[in-house]
Amino acid sequence: MIREKLAHLTLALAAAAAPLTAHAEPGWSQLNLTPGVTHISREIYHLHMLVFWICVAIGVVVFGVMIWSIVTYRKSKGAVADVTLVHNTKVEAVWTIVPVIILVAMAVPAAKTLVEIEDTTKTELTVKVTGFQWGWQYDYLDDGVMYFSRLDHRSDAARELLSGIDPTTVEHYLLNVDHPFVVPVDTKVRLLVTGADVIHSWWMPAFGVKKDAIPGFVNEAWFKIDKDKPGLYRGQCAELCGRDHGFMPIVVDARSKEDFAAWLKQKAAEQKQAATPTAPAAAPAAPTAATEEKAPWPKS
Amino acid sequence: MAEVLTHAEPHDEHDHKPHGWRRWVYSTNHKDIGTMYLVFACLMFFIGGGAAMLIRLELFSPGLQFFDPQFFNSLTTMHALIMIFGAIMPAWTGLANWMIPMQLGAPDMALPRLNNLSFWILPFAFTLLLSTFFVPGGAPAGGWTMYPPLILQTGAAFPMLIFAVHLMGASSILGAINVIVTIMNMRAPGITLLRMPLFVWTWLITAYLLIAVMPVLAGAVTMLLTDHFFGTTFFTAAGGGDPVMFQHIFWFFGHPEVYILILPAFGIVSEIIPTFSRKPLFGYEAMVYATASIAFLSFIVWAHHMFTVGMPLAAQLFFMLSTMLIAVPTGVKVFNWTATMWKGSLSFEPPMLFALAFLFLFTIGGFSGLMLAMVPADYQYQDTYFVVAHFHYVLVPGTIFGIMAGVYYWLPKWTGHMYDLKLARWHFWLSAIFVNVLFFPQHFLGLAGMPRRIPDYAVQFTDWNRVSSIGGFGFGLAQLLLPYIVWKCVRGGVPAGDRAWEGAHGLEWELSSPPPFHSWTTPPSDAVIARGAEH
Repeated sequence: MIREKLAHLTLALAAAAAPLTAHAEPGWSQLNLTPGVTHISREIYHLHMLVFWICVAIGVVVFGVMIWSIVTYRKSKGAVADVTLVHNTKVEAVWTIVPVIILVAMAVPAAKTLVEIEDTTKTELTVKVTGFQWGWQYDYLDDGVMYFSRLDHRSDAARELLSGIDPTTVEHYLLNVDHPFVVPVDTKVRLLVTGADVIHSWWMPAFGVKKDAIPGFVNEAWFKIDKDKPGLYRGQCAELCGRDHGFMPIVVDARSKEDFAAWLKQKAAEQKQAATPTAPAAAPAAPTAATEEKAPWPKS
Repeated sequence: MAEVLTHAEPHDEHDHKPHGWRRWVYSTNHKDIGTMYLVFACLMFFIGGGAAMLIRLELFSPGLQFFDPQFFNSLTTMHALIMIFGAIMPAWTGLANWMIPMQLGAPDMALPRLNNLSFWILPFAFTLLLSTFFVPGGAPAGGWTMYPPLILQTGAAFPMLIFAVHLMGASSILGAINVIVTIMNMRAPGITLLRMPLFVWTWLITAYLLIAVMPVLAGAVTMLLTDHFFGTTFFTAAGGGDPVMFQHIFWFFGHPEVYILILPAFGIVSEIIPTFSRKPLFGYEAMVYATASIAFLSFIVWAHHMFTVGMPLAAQLFFMLSTMLIAVPTGVKVFNWTATMWKGSLSFEPPMLFALAFLFLFTIGGFSGLMLAMVPADYQYQDTYFVVAHFHYVLVPGTIFGIMAGVYYWLPKWTGHMYDLKLARWHFWLSAIFVNVLFFPQHFLGLAGMPRRIPDYAVQFTDWNRVSSIGGFGFGLAQLLLPYIVWKCVRGGVPAGDRAWEGAHGLEWELSSPPPFHSWTTPPSDAVIARGAEH
């Protein structure tokens, strides 16, 4: 029993140490938010950098005074305390009012961006996104296309406890899915986000979108990807949703409008064909949060 | 001397106390109960810290090496519950017990038997909570925030979790009542409210926060309990309930709770910086009002924890602005502490070192808090390691360093001995360096896109996770010095003197070191108050 446990521990330690040598990812450069590929994500990035630099400036002043005091007013250097210095209305008024002004300067652009984000009018495509334990369901409401998207098989095999597979050898480890979410670029895509079982959160850093997928609620979010930025974008579920919360990535496949239209047409035809011969009477109604009780995926 | 007095005046038998286990189990003495609180908090600090070490061990490398994801979720959940309710809150109550009567010229707390009860609830609460590791389904794994519907998937641990939270809440409320009654009724004549030390002030405000919000938490978890066992649907949409309502109720408790965790640290730092600057606190009254403002604002900012749940634009704007407003009184505090050092005569004993680290690192936590207040940016930060970095900056080099500073400040008073200053300096430098190695890289991880509460991550996050883990192990090991230093100091050492620090003011320093069993049996004279109650 103990020997078994020791053997297990040795194996675990070896597994933990192994990627030390094999690892060669550009991990050290992972320092900052992505500017992303939408107007909103860039607005957010600029807001983030603005507030960051304001904080740095305040930090330089405040920490500067602190360090100056620590260096200058040392008892060991013979400093004598000025015990009369206990109150100064003018100074205190200044350091109350100046922060208020700085805060207003930050709140204005933040509010402006927020108003833009909340504007869900004039959308061109609506997709219902349902989070479930543990994957995502995409439902193109107007086109009769629906499919599920889960962690791809290579990541799924490698992520097992002591799988023996080095994660660095798996392409896009934990950030790859079997069926990516296909959307067109240069189109205002509206998401209707909901949850099937517990709360999840649909997060795509490159779009600046994070919206909770809550059972019984339908949340709105939208994005419009730059025309010249088709490609694959990766994100993850951002709300703790149980055992495999860390293993339900999101991959968006952004295509040109024409490619998307072709894909959608083909997908719709495929799904129609697949549905007709086998179950004409029980054509699967678009599952809603209330009816979709069980994830169609066995719990691991 | 005590014996002579005992024979002469039997009623003034100050040091009479039961011996052996009865002294502790039956204790109604504020110092003994304070000691028990602090020992309990220390024990929980190491258990919760042990969970943190396991978390950092699993996160040292991508891939799962040690734990099933479900157990990993239990570790993060239990780490938070143990640290918040088991380590930090009892440590504050312990310090309140020890110091408030001594600082106010009182013999003891106002309600000594209640005091005994509020402490002795805790070992039962945490035995119950920790035993969930051994029940079917494992320990709670839905996060310390207990969001439904996920938390309703908890196994046999579910009712144990709820009952444990009820017990912790009851203990906190009883402790808070005791603090308020003591401060309102037991001050020595001449100690007006605005002559109280800031530790007492911040604790008074903390106690009101506790009384206001602990029942809210109790209500929320009770609704979870009835949803789970009695067919109610408070938080189930299918039955007409609302899962988001839980989050509103929880954070109405949760945000004041974070000030419950930090306000007493503000108080301690406000006493230590003047002592080692040999200069009175700058802007005493402003400090009191700033604390009260922060406490008031803490009730109207809760929804900034949940900007991504989908709230109306007006609500998001309101909570963004109210949250940003907190920066004003908090800024006032930081500026006042800095102004206290300005033109002072500074020396750098261990309490001052911890207080200074608090000043710098809490401010960094404040900056990231300001960034998080911006709703659009929060959409990117929410539920990432950026948030983890933020709240650990305010809770570890903030709250925990505040507690360490307090312990190193008053330890000579409690024991009568000066502790090993050299070793305490080692403890400080190791803690201060490793805490940054541990938490600073987590800002990068969060911004680069790593969600929190995941047991495994994409390989590009490896490097900074590894740095963070190394910092974690270093920080964890360094903390072992604390109980050793305290134990050594209890056992013996150079006599500390009544006023253990040259610049110390306050009534506690007018008592002997160690102080008599019943602190102030007669109220301090006007002269003593005048000498002691200078800020």
